[in-house]
Amino acid sequence: MDRIALDVAHMFAGGLVLVSFMLLYQDRMFSLINIFALHAFVVSVSVAWQAYIQNAPHLYVTAAIALVVKAIVIPIVLHRIIIRLGIHRNIETVVGIGQIMLGGIGLVALSILVMLPITAEAGTLAREDLAFALSVILLGLLIMVSRRNAVGQVIGFMSIENGLILAATGAKGMPLVVEISVAFSILVALIVIGIFLFRIRERFDSVDMHVLDSFRGERP
Amino acid sequence: MTDLGALVVDAILIVPAASAALLALLPDDRTTARLNVLATLLTLLCAIALFVVRPEPSPFLIVDDVNVVFIVLNTLVGFTTSVFSSTYIAHELETGRLTHAYLRFYHAMYQILMFAMNLALLANNVGLMWVAVELATLTTVLMVGIYRTPEALEAAWKYFILGSVGIALALFGTILVYLAASSVIGEGLEAMAWSVLVRRAGEFDPALLNLAFVFLLLGYGTKVGLVPLHAWLPDAHAEGPTPISAVLSGLLLNVALFAVLRFKMVMSANAEAIAPGPLMVTLGLVSVVFAAFMLYRRHDIKRMFAYSSIEHMGIISFAFGMGGPLANFAGLLHMIMHSLTKSAIFFAVGHIAQIKGTQEMADIRGLTTSHPILGWGLVLGVIAIVGLPPMGIFMSEFLILSSTFARQPALAVVLALGLLVALGALLRHLNGLAFGEAHGSAAPAQASFVPMFAHLALVLAAGIFLPPAMVLWFQHVAELLR
Repeated sequence: MDRIALDVAHMFAGGLVLVSFMLLYQDRMFSLINIFALHAFVVSVSVAWQAYIQNAPHLYVTAAIALVVKAIVIPIVLHRIIIRLGIHRNIETVVGIGQIMLGGIGLVALSILVMLPITAEAGTLAREDLAFALSVILLGLLIMVSRRNAVGQVIGFMSIENGLILAATGAKGMPLVVEISVAFSILVALIVIGIFLFRIRERFDSVDMHVLDSFRGERP
Repeated sequence: MTDLGALVVDAILIVPAASAALLALLPDDRTTARLNVLATLLTLLCAIALFVVRPEPSPFLIVDDVNVVFIVLNTLVGFTTSVFSSTYIAHELETGRLTHAYLRFYHAMYQILMFAMNLALLANNVGLMWVAVELATLTTVLMVGIYRTPEALEAAWKYFILGSVGIALALFGTILVYLAASSVIGEGLEAMAWSVLVRRAGEFDPALLNLAFVFLLLGYGTKVGLVPLHAWLPDAHAEGPTPISAVLSGLLLNVALFAVLRFKMVMSANAEAIAPGPLMVTLGLVSVVFAAFMLYRRHDIKRMFAYSSIEHMGIISFAFGMGGPLANFAGLLHMIMHSLTKSAIFFAVGHIAQIKGTQEMADIRGLTTSHPILGWGLVLGVIAIVGLPPMGIFMSEFLILSSTFARQPALAVVLALGLLVALGALLRHLNGLAFGEAHGSAAPAQASFVPMFAHLALVLAAGIFLPPAMVLWFQHVAELLR
């Protein structure tokens, strides 16, 4: 594989980490969703590039799913839900932006320290890709724990998913990548948008998770 | 013979899938409950047939000595639970907690869940196994939230978030395993096939395998309900319909544990990789001790037994983590006994909660006087689950403890402490539930006692006498598990 092709692949993967950082500090609902659409767009471009350089046509399907479902359909649906429910106010984060960003930097450093030495024998493509993918996954977890809001948590989860798809495409020749991305898309689309946001709103007049928390199953 | 075997394996998957489609379409609820029972019975018969005919492993599906035990247990409890479910659901319809539309959805989901669990157990491909576990998670999330109460929605949401993060981590682990395998075996389906992975694991890069196992253990461990990844489990058990609690506790936790065990076999086939045992032992012990203390201050009867499931999954992980023929044997036996006993307890609890109209233990008193059959069934179940003789769990716990005392006395002391604390807590609660003056509604029970007592009879029989053929089979599997 020539050097430029690899560099471009790394650029896209690195770009995804950058967009994950952008997701970390969004404090408005709409901008969070827009940045997530960008996240999904970057992942689909990255997967398409991998399909091209690995000569693996089935990965184009994965790229198309990411583009259509996550970069277009889900953001539009989320926009509509938010307008309909009237919850487009600021998002509370659990701790300050500064601390979250510092935590994020720490997580990226951690994943590079963990992944690079042990993947020394794997191909160069897989090597950096996995380090970036693990960073995206860890940043996604950080997004989930730092948001109180259901929409924020779902977006955090979907960004973890994008990281996993990046990892799966980076592992050269991995079968079932398409099936796995379909399974993930169904998971998110079906539960989150179809059922929960509406039902939770119906019952609680809010999608803030700390309101939910007061209804512990354990009653005194 | 092998063609017939392939047919049987396909039937185990096709029967639940086809019945799910059929049940989603049929409107009449009387037939649907019966059809549900019939479908699970058919699946059970096919699973038993696997003892006789066995297909060659294909790149996607495999039947070996290890997963046959799991599949038969899975389909057996699936069948008895569907029998229990038909009377349980009839009552829910009468009281209006479930509508007809939801009932159709419930039955279809039940079959999809059975399909997903069977697929996860049969899968030869680690990616396919992951997809199946994900499908099982998805269906149970939907079923936990089926009552639409605030508590049920909170439980389902928590389960969804924790469960999907768990399986996301497991997928990352799976990708790493593929990466380790593909540099040795070559790209493609072979590098994800179980049978090949175990055979060639010795040549894999140990550092990659180590990292992969950490992710797999944390990921699938969330689904097993090991402390500190257990937070979803009590809520999901308490708020969903009771047949689902029985299936969750008795089967789905086993399926996740099975996934961990498969990867543990790969790990132990590689001499340079870290030993997976100590990690499982630690998580197992923490779960046992934590759950045992949590049992004391429970108010909700289903939550209490959910914590007891955490405790038992801890014991099983501990046993498999210790490894060796004896501990593996005991772990396997304990897993089967726990599945049977815990589902029997949930059958009793389901009817009790329906009669009393509450899950609060403070409002359930003196069951043995008001509802003797249910009450004594519960007493028997609890006696079995705390590990008193002559029930089967006594035997498996005794084996685990005695084999551990021989090798790691310090660990055995901690385990014994956990078991005793749990015993005290459960018996204390049982005393209030079963004895004393009757409290609350004394309406006669419209219950199906057969599944509950069938399970308890099996557990009792196993405690008194294990057929030599079964012992030999388990010993063989224990050897394979290493």
